[in-house]
Amino acid sequence: MASPSATADVVAPRSTSGGDNYLTHDKGILSWIFTLDHKRIGVMYLFSVLTAFALGGFFALMVRTELLTPGRTIMDHDTYNQMFTLHGAIMVFLVIIPGIPAALGNIIMPLQLGAKDVAFPRLNLASYHLWVVGAIFMLTSLAINAVDTGWTFYTPYSLTTTTAVVPAAFGAFILGFSSIFTGLNFIVTVHKLRPPGMSWFRLPLFVWSLYATALIQVLATPVIGITLLMMIVERTLHIGIFDPTLGGDPVLFQHFFWFYSHPAVYIMIVPAFGVIGEIIPVFSRKRMFGYKFIAVSSLAIAFLGFLVWGHHLFVSGQSVLAGTIFSAITFLIAIPTAIKVFNWITTMYKGVIHLDTPMLYALAFLWVFTIGGLTGVFLAVMSVDVHLTDTYFVIAHFHYVMMGGAITAFMGGLHYWWPKAFGRMYNEKLGRIGACLVFVGLNVTFFPQFILGSRGMPRRYYNYLPEFQSLHVLSTLGAYTLGLGFLLTAFYLFKSLKSGRIAPANPWGGVTLEWQCSSPPPYYNFHKPPVVTAGPYDGYEELMYDEKLGGYLPRKAKSG
Amino acid sequence: MILSLSTSLANAAFALFAAEPKLPTLPDSPYFWMPPSASVTTSNTDALFNFMLWMSLFFTVAIFFAMARFCIKYRAKSRAANENAQKTSEHNTVLELTWSIIPLMIVIPLFVGGFKGYVDLRTPPKGAMEIRAQGQKWKWLFTYPGLGSPDDTLHVPVNTPVRIVINSVDVIHSLFIPSFRTKMDAVPGRYSDIWFKATQTGEFPIFCAEYCGTSHSDMLSRVVVHPPGGYETWLANTIAAADSLSGKDRGAMLYEKQGCSTCHSIDGTPKVGPSWKGIFGKMESMTAGSPMKVDENYLRESMMDPQAHIVMGFTPAMPTYQGKLSDKDIDGLIEFIKSLK
Repeated sequence: MASPSATADVVAPRSTSGGDNYLTHDKGILSWIFTLDHKRIGVMYLFSVLTAFALGGFFALMVRTELLTPGRTIMDHDTYNQMFTLHGAIMVFLVIIPGIPAALGNIIMPLQLGAKDVAFPRLNLASYHLWVVGAIFMLTSLAINAVDTGWTFYTPYSLTTTTAVVPAAFGAFILGFSSIFTGLNFIVTVHKLRPPGMSWFRLPLFVWSLYATALIQVLATPVIGITLLMMIVERTLHIGIFDPTLGGDPVLFQHFFWFYSHPAVYIMIVPAFGVIGEIIPVFSRKRMFGYKFIAVSSLAIAFLGFLVWGHHLFVSGQSVLAGTIFSAITFLIAIPTAIKVFNWITTMYKGVIHLDTPMLYALAFLWVFTIGGLTGVFLAVMSVDVHLTDTYFVIAHFHYVMMGGAITAFMGGLHYWWPKAFGRMYNEKLGRIGACLVFVGLNVTFFPQFILGSRGMPRRYYNYLPEFQSLHVLSTLGAYTLGLGFLLTAFYLFKSLKSGRIAPANPWGGVTLEWQCSSPPPYYNFHKPPVVTAGPYDGYEELMYDEKLGGYLPRKAKSG
Repeated sequence: MILSLSTSLANAAFALFAAEPKLPTLPDSPYFWMPPSASVTTSNTDALFNFMLWMSLFFTVAIFFAMARFCIKYRAKSRAANENAQKTSEHNTVLELTWSIIPLMIVIPLFVGGFKGYVDLRTPPKGAMEIRAQGQKWKWLFTYPGLGSPDDTLHVPVNTPVRIVINSVDVIHSLFIPSFRTKMDAVPGRYSDIWFKATQTGEFPIFCAEYCGTSHSDMLSRVVVHPPGGYETWLANTIAAADSLSGKDRGAMLYEKQGCSTCHSIDGTPKVGPSWKGIFGKMESMTAGSPMKVDENYLRESMMDPQAHIVMGFTPAMPTYQGKLSDKDIDGLIEFIKSLK
């Protein structure tokens, strides 16, 4: 018999209802604002990120509504430019970058390590407080005269526009530090707080992916911080760095910017790989196929991600030699990415597949991310990129990866860990309908944009040629469907907090350590640190579904 | 005789300017995914694009069917049934290597093909005809050999290699000609270039592909590919027309050709800049300093040093026309503005 992954006394679930847990341990608003508990910090991150997501989503719907007609629909040129800038900046800096690591990661990762908290709880709290300060700066820009540079802040436009660039850029600068703090904390946590017996190759894939992400956060984020600071200094003090009229070089900004922002793409997508790596084995009741290859491929992607920033600059006047090197390395990223997709799918082979909401999101991710990844190959081919760059093809590609990949995985993880974090089950039927709406919505929104782009429709266009209208209308209808899916999701998730069925400790039959403490977890997570004696996905056969409980129990405990 | 000829030529030219449609039209394309192919530079791009399209279709469909098949075949009866997964191997080095090496084998030729096409796109043939393109907020201006003032439309002869030397006077723009599958950023303070050899006569749209502010999406132009001999005729006619026009007619021509119309209306609606209708002789409040009278000197200053005095309610967005407008041009524009009562 394979041994269960932890000793029996921690496997036995404690009573869940009414007992002391991290949500009820302390009372009052201050006990939240100044908490050092990783779960509470994670919950605050989660609701802050979801609020920002609603705001960014609102701007997206405004942009899509404006694009229903070739000319003016509901707003003027400048408002439109501000809308797409805010949509991008909020979604990137406030939602996707902190989404999986800082919200879901904070709640779950220490539990998966059997730890009482992260390595530096105060740094963790500081990271959240900085997120709030950064968000306030971004909103300040919105209140004064919203920034209209696009989320990329390209110089010299960002140096000359009259909109409030400085608060927005300073907000992004502060959010960078928030991200660095989380990354630093997670690196030390993974190194130092693993329980006895949990070797590196017994880490759950979610932890692997957060570790790889944290390395990028710590190494790449300082570069965007310095770059934005230089841009602010140049804008306020007129020191020539990027402005050609002051002797600066505007393309230098693009190099600095993408030196961070390409790795940042992996800060956004690698944690999503981790979530998928947790969901697929549990809902297939099978160990992950090719675990080591998946774990190491995350590190490979993180490393290669640092060496490809120049593929954003094929038409910037960058030298042919530099472009060639960047293109070659870009292709290499296709390999670890393909390895992951093939391994995930193979894991389902001969499994026992449960199509619950988290699994539906994981399946949606697999297919949509495949399209996002394959269209990335188009853009890595230099001659084809010359035609496609700065068109809707690029928009469609990175929305397939960021929205279809990162957000879909975030939704999957949110549904997977929701019972653990809040001790309540959501309405499964509505969950499945929501997942289907999101899947249909995102394909209808973004697939037409591939066609628009290859036919020549440039990005960030307020007016467009009438010949493009039908595809734009289709895309907008898709966006409304997406909006509907997310509204429905918000509705049943919030409803579950009040009236949802009490969640068992282990509703899905997971074997990673977070499923061994009660839902919601007690304040100190584990009374005794669990001892790990097997791999992260060993022991599905040892669990038994109990219908009365609505969750899984160890087979031995049930029979005994 | 000569006088009447030049007048009729000027009228014809003016009619030509006035009759030009505002928006370029997207030509019908024989392809679903791509605009028509109208240059020798498109074959590499289109071949690689089509290959990747089929490759992507293959993988997307294969993955979809694998997932669908597994979900149907191995679907759990219910949680209560407590089925265990069938034992399979958890690791298979041969399989891992196979699905690492096959993608590698696919991307190597893609890289090489893209590299070849890119080098070709970036290397203009020797002796190509040269045309200067300048990006400014929010207009493309093309300068032709022998033509004193720039034109807002790109005119080229068919079957002739043409090199476009590009720069920008303000922020970064990007010259994008979808039907030629080529694009290059216009960067202030440096020159870049593209080249093409048009294979089809007709008109094709030009877009600005790098976000450049308020009217980014109105920074459109057209490339007109002339049949053999047509380019030379067009150039001779345009030079003659440009030389013959003077006074307010010259101003009216420049209003369209130099990009003034992008930001200044002549019917009283304020756009990015103040409307020219009735502005001459008015006292205007300025964003800084005391109010000023819009007279000849103010108008001249606004063309040469546009940021010096900005009318209240507007932002400093206009590029300088220093060196682009002759004294005759400036006089013409002032006369044109005066005529807009």
